[in-house]
Amino acid sequence: MTEIPEHLRKRAAEAKKKAEGDSGDAPAAGDAAASAGASDSGAESKIPAHLLQRSKAAKSGGAETAVAATGGGGTAVVTAEAAAPAPIRSGPAGHTQRLLTVVKAGSIQDIKAKPMDKVHTWPHLIVIEFGAALAITAFLTVFSIFVNAPLLRLADVNATPNPSKAPWYFLGLQELLTMFHPMVAGVTIPGIGIFALILAPYIDKNPSNKPEDRKFAVSVFTIFMMFWAVLVIIGSFFRGPGFNFVFPWVEGIFFDL
Amino acid sequence: MAKSIQDSPTFAERLQASMSQLPDNVQGSQAWNSIFRPGSVFRKGYTDSPRNRSYVIMNSVLYHLHPVKVKRHAVKVSYTLCLGGLSFFLFILLTITGIFLMFFYTPSAAVAWNDIESLQTQIAFGLLVRNMHRWGAHLMVISVFLHMARVFYHGAYKAPREFNWVIGVILLTLTLLLSFTGYLLPWDQLALWAVTVGTNMMGFTPVFGDQVKFVLLGGSVIGSSTLLRWYVLHVLFVPFVTVIFMAIHFWRVRKDGGISGPL
Repeated sequence: MTEIPEHLRKRAAEAKKKAEGDSGDAPAAGDAAASAGASDSGAESKIPAHLLQRSKAAKSGGAETAVAATGGGGTAVVTAEAAAPAPIRSGPAGHTQRLLTVVKAGSIQDIKAKPMDKVHTWPHLIVIEFGAALAITAFLTVFSIFVNAPLLRLADVNATPNPSKAPWYFLGLQELLTMFHPMVAGVTIPGIGIFALILAPYIDKNPSNKPEDRKFAVSVFTIFMMFWAVLVIIGSFFRGPGFNFVFPWVEGIFFDL
Repeated sequence: MAKSIQDSPTFAERLQASMSQLPDNVQGSQAWNSIFRPGSVFRKGYTDSPRNRSYVIMNSVLYHLHPVKVKRHAVKVSYTLCLGGLSFFLFILLTITGIFLMFFYTPSAAVAWNDIESLQTQIAFGLLVRNMHRWGAHLMVISVFLHMARVFYHGAYKAPREFNWVIGVILLTLTLLLSFTGYLLPWDQLALWAVTVGTNMMGFTPVFGDQVKFVLLGGSVIGSSTLLRWYVLHVLFVPFVTVIFMAIHFWRVRKDGGISGPL
C-alpha cells in the first residue's frame, strides 16, 4: 500500500464528508439546492446557478461513486469537487476521463540524490580564491624583496663542497643513505613510498571519512609523514661536514635552499 | 542672451554631451557585448540575480573550471585551506616569472652563471623575479605536500575519487621533478652538487642504473649537455606533462561529484 500524502488525505476526507452530508440532504434537494450550494461555498457563489444545480444533482445521485473515487487518491478529489456531471451522462458533454489508478512519483522516478545545500560559486567561492591568490602573491613578493635566492660561486667540478646536499625535499633520502645501501635508500624505499601512496585508496577499504572511524589509517599516514619530516629536518639542519651529525646551534647551519 | 542667435549647442557643449554618453555608447556597442558575455561584471547593467551569478561562471573561460554552484561547506576555508588552489596558482605564478627569466638565460655551462649574475645586478626587477621564482617553487612543493596531507586526513581519496588521488600522486612527483630540474639551471656550486647527489642516487636503480644516469646527464658526468637537457625538461617537457595531468585532475574533481565532504 503506497503512502498517501497528508494534504491529499485531508482533502479526500473533506470531500467525503461533504458528499455524505449532501446525500443526507438529498430528499430535500429541490429548490433548497441552490441555497445549500451557496452556503457550502460562499466564495464560489459566483458560479452560475445552473452549474451548481447540475453538480448538486450529480453529487446526490452519485454519492457512492464520489466516495469510492476519493478513497482512491488525490486526483479523483478534484474531479469530484469540480463540476462533475451526472455519471449516466458520458461522451462529449460528460465524462471524458476517469480515474484508473494513482501512481506515486516515487515508484517511477527513484531519486537517490538528496537535495544539497549549495551556494553560488560567484561570488562566494571566487571571492575566497581571489583573496587567497592575492595573499600568497603579496607574501611571495614581500618575502622576495627581503630575502635573496642563493647564488654561490660558479660551478666547479673539481671543488666538491663539504657537505654536498641534495635539494631539501630529497634530504630525507640522503639521510637514509647514511643507514642503507644506496640502492635501498635512493630507489627502493622512495619507490615503495610512492607506490604505497598510489595504492592507498585501493588498500583502504573503509568507506567512512570520519576521523573517529579511521584511526588506523590516520595513524599510519601521520607516522609516514612524521618519518619524512624528521629525516628532512635532520638532513637539513643536523648534518655538517662529511655529513656528520652536528647541532646547528653549535656548529652553524650547512644548508642552502 | 546669446542663446537667441545660436540655438544649436557649441562644440564644447556637444563634446561634453558626447563624453557623458561615452560609457553608455561603449558598453552598449556590439564590439563590447561580443567581448564580455552575459553576466560579466564589465557588462552594462550587471544586476545581482541568480541568473547573472550563473552567467559569470558559465561565460568565463577561467571560472568555468568551477560548477555554477558548490556545496556550502566547500567554501569554508577551514576545510580545504585553499591548498590545491594555491598550488595551481603558484604554478601560474612560476610560469609567469619563469617566462621572464627565460629572456635573460642561456642554457650553456659557459654563460649560464654569468646570465644569472647579470640578471640580478643589471636587469630591472631581475633579482626580485628570480627570488619570487625560487621561493615560489619551494612554496609550491610545500603546498602540494600539504594538499596531499589534507586530502588524506579528510578521507577524500575514497571512492569515487580513488583515481584522482593517483593523478594527484603523479602530480606530486612531477612537482618534485619540476623543482629538481630547475635546481641545476643557475649553474653554481649549490646547483651542481645538489644535482650530483640526486643523480648519483638515481644511478643506483637496479639493472639499468647506468643507463638511467646516462640519459639524465646526457653523458657520464654533469656538463653542458646536462644543462641543456634539464633546461628543456624544466621549461617545456615537465610543465607540458604537468598541465595535462592538472587538466585531468581538475576535470575529475567535478566528474567525481565535486569537492568531498563534509566530514
